[in-house]
Amino acid sequence: MQQTEVVGDGKPSADAMQILSFTLGQEEYGVDILRVQEIRSWEPVSRIPNVPGYEKGVVNLRGAIVPIIDLRERFGLGHLDYSPLTVVVVLQAYISGRTRAMGVVVDAVSDVVDIDKSVIQTTPNFGVKVSTEFINGLAAVNDKMVMLLDVDKLLNLESLDGDDEHKE
Amino acid sequence: MSIDMAQFHQVFFEESFEGLDAMETGLLNLDEGDIDAINTIFRAAHSIKGGSGTFGFTSVSDFTHVMETLLDEMRDGSRPVTQSAVDVLLGSVDCLREMLTAIRDQQNLDTESVAAHQQALQREFESGGSVSPRSDDTGVEGNAVAEQASEVEGWRIAFSPHTDLLRTGNDPVRMFRELAELGDIEATVDFQGVPDIHDLDPEECHLSWQLSVNGDIPRAEIDEIFAWVEDECDLAIQASLGGVTEHNEAPQATQNETGDRFSAPRQVQAPVKTGTNDSTKPADSSPAKPKDAKKEASKSTQKGSSSIRVDTAKIDTLINMVGELVITQSMLSLIGEHFEVNKLDQLKNGLSQLERHTRELQESVMNIRMLPISFVFSRFPRLVHDLSAKLGKKIELKLVGEQTEVDKTVVELLSDPLVHLVRNSLDHGIEMPEERRAAGKPEIGTVVLEAYHRGGNIVIEVVDDGRGLDKDKLRAKAIEKGLIEEDAILNDKQTYELIFMPGFSTAAQLTDVSGRGVGMDVVRKNIQALGGNIELVSELGKGSTISIHLPLTLAILDGQSVAVGEERFIVPLGSIVESMNIGEDRVNSVAGKGETFRLRNEYLPIVRMHEIFNVESARATQLSEGLLVVVEGQGVKCGLFVDDLLGQQQVVIKSLEANYRRIEGVSGATILGDGSVALILDIPGLVRLSNQ
Repeated sequence: MQQTEVVGDGKPSADAMQILSFTLGQEEYGVDILRVQEIRSWEPVSRIPNVPGYEKGVVNLRGAIVPIIDLRERFGLGHLDYSPLTVVVVLQAYISGRTRAMGVVVDAVSDVVDIDKSVIQTTPNFGVKVSTEFINGLAAVNDKMVMLLDVDKLLNLESLDGDDEHKE
Repeated sequence: MSIDMAQFHQVFFEESFEGLDAMETGLLNLDEGDIDAINTIFRAAHSIKGGSGTFGFTSVSDFTHVMETLLDEMRDGSRPVTQSAVDVLLGSVDCLREMLTAIRDQQNLDTESVAAHQQALQREFESGGSVSPRSDDTGVEGNAVAEQASEVEGWRIAFSPHTDLLRTGNDPVRMFRELAELGDIEATVDFQGVPDIHDLDPEECHLSWQLSVNGDIPRAEIDEIFAWVEDECDLAIQASLGGVTEHNEAPQATQNETGDRFSAPRQVQAPVKTGTNDSTKPADSSPAKPKDAKKEASKSTQKGSSSIRVDTAKIDTLINMVGELVITQSMLSLIGEHFEVNKLDQLKNGLSQLERHTRELQESVMNIRMLPISFVFSRFPRLVHDLSAKLGKKIELKLVGEQTEVDKTVVELLSDPLVHLVRNSLDHGIEMPEERRAAGKPEIGTVVLEAYHRGGNIVIEVVDDGRGLDKDKLRAKAIEKGLIEEDAILNDKQTYELIFMPGFSTAAQLTDVSGRGVGMDVVRKNIQALGGNIELVSELGKGSTISIHLPLTLAILDGQSVAVGEERFIVPLGSIVESMNIGEDRVNSVAGKGETFRLRNEYLPIVRMHEIFNVESARATQLSEGLLVVVEGQGVKCGLFVDDLLGQQQVVIKSLEANYRRIEGVSGATILGDGSVALILDIPGLVRLSNQ
């Protein structure tokens, strides 16, 4: 159970942001660093019955039950066997007015980069071939294209029944 | 620098509401001449008045002023304690509660009801005991007072605070401002006591004043202003009576003089036109219907507050425990640093210590959330008092076991169902006095609210000695409503169960007391949602007993862990009926409904866990290879087919929905000893799943 702390040196300003970039297969993705709670190594999860395959299960994260999602499978990039080097990024999403923590399985975390908001391009429309609903925009980092993910949309697993009973 | 008063509001409201509760309790138990009770009520009123004055809630302080004066007269015996006075005061307590709630939630005050209550108080005040100084009535006593009052031209006050007056939160300037409102004021200040600037502590008060207030002011109003500081100053108040100066002692905390008492604040003097009240009738202190709903609503918002008052003793034990835990931890890490085999015994000792501490710590943390059930019970004396008057019945309420502690969440969720049950007992259970006499029972009916612990549960009983339930009537009613077949054979228990069925109400007509469209089925549903159950036992002519069983806390449950392949699930222990091993030959297939098996004379559905949860590693696929656990939850019975039973343990319930979502067939999750997560099964959900 290793934990790496991510420390940015950037002074946030109105038009700059820091992203944490990671790889899935040949592709580079990024999330807003402020949404990253921690980075952990993969550990076995408890399976949850009757849910989509990419929802791997739940783990105990300091007393909270946190679901783990395999991003590769979510994006249809095939499955990679988990090893102790597999990384889980714990993200915070704001869904229906509450903050929720969820872990996403990625191949490897690459870097923390500063980007200027002005260089973010809107996602081109690929038609129906590629689902781009989770992608906020594209940015070029060191001549590589990074797809910026919308954490809230990505992690909204709620089925549309809106059954939001509150249990303590 | 001004102090932001708002930061104290929370405390003021909390204390005021507590004060109001104390007043209510005191008033309900008020017997003639019970000085202690009257003192308690008076003190509470006085604190609310003082606090609201300080924060500038003038409407509240004016209102309380009248109450306080009434109470003061009761306190010194110059006014008899009458039922009408008590009723008016009770009404005023309600009114104050509404006012404070409105101020706290920054809603609009219901000025009409406030005015009505104020009028009622005023009338009560004028009708008994002493005499309003401004009235033309010249009774002997009143005369003397009036004379004395009329001769007063003003007061001269020598006020020298002790040095620590400011530290008690009092402020001379504020007091003088109040004085100035009474009449023209002149003040000379004496700087004599002020030390050299180097020795001056800004929090100390070294000044003293000579004040004179001119005007026809009753002594009580002057005393009122200095009442808060009488222990922190030297005070001399002299009346200037038409040239003669009469010297008075400093006011004593307990006044026995029936001197000049009261003049209502100006706001009350003017008769308030409400248009709703016929001034020949005493003001109706029971608010109208729509307001009732509003009151209920404000009560429920009040419940949402998430702070909790904890006995400091509980906190102290907690701190001690943590200290112990730290010591144990450091001992264990010492052993771990240089571990040799001969230290094994030490290690075992340390570990068992750790286990003990952890358990104790868990218990005391849970304990913090525990509140005595009196938080719920305390509202009932009032409810019974008001309702029995309304229904014209004579009813005595007994509370037993008020100190029994339950988890805060349980306490909050209990109050609505209990109110419903008690109203039911009063309305349908207890008979009218003449009916009771005819039946050879005492006129006064008894309702007992009792709470006690049994096992890991709390049991709350509502017992009445009323007319009881008529089994034949219940049955006829159920048949009429089409809830059961005409030839259904029911034992006693099942007959009484009928009352909890949806769409069942025995009251011939809905009264506004209990039949508000909410039936016992809703009460039962709410209790079951808390993981409890509710039972009714009754004897015709003797009375009924309704008992509610609830888990002590919603955070922990006793679980039985079961294995299905590699996976572990937790079944709530309370829902397990029995476990058995049966062969496939005892299974009947039901078209479209899955499988059932026969247990004694019931056919129960079989839920094959490995199938509905898609567990590939399941060991047992044939019934004979595994175990059938017969479970019952929320009225649903079924047999869960699992590989094996493992151990029983207490598990801490964690929400799956906090970060994830609802999973059908699962009510929550818990963390096992090895840190892994296990799901807690939800019986009705599983049955639904297996029928899909």
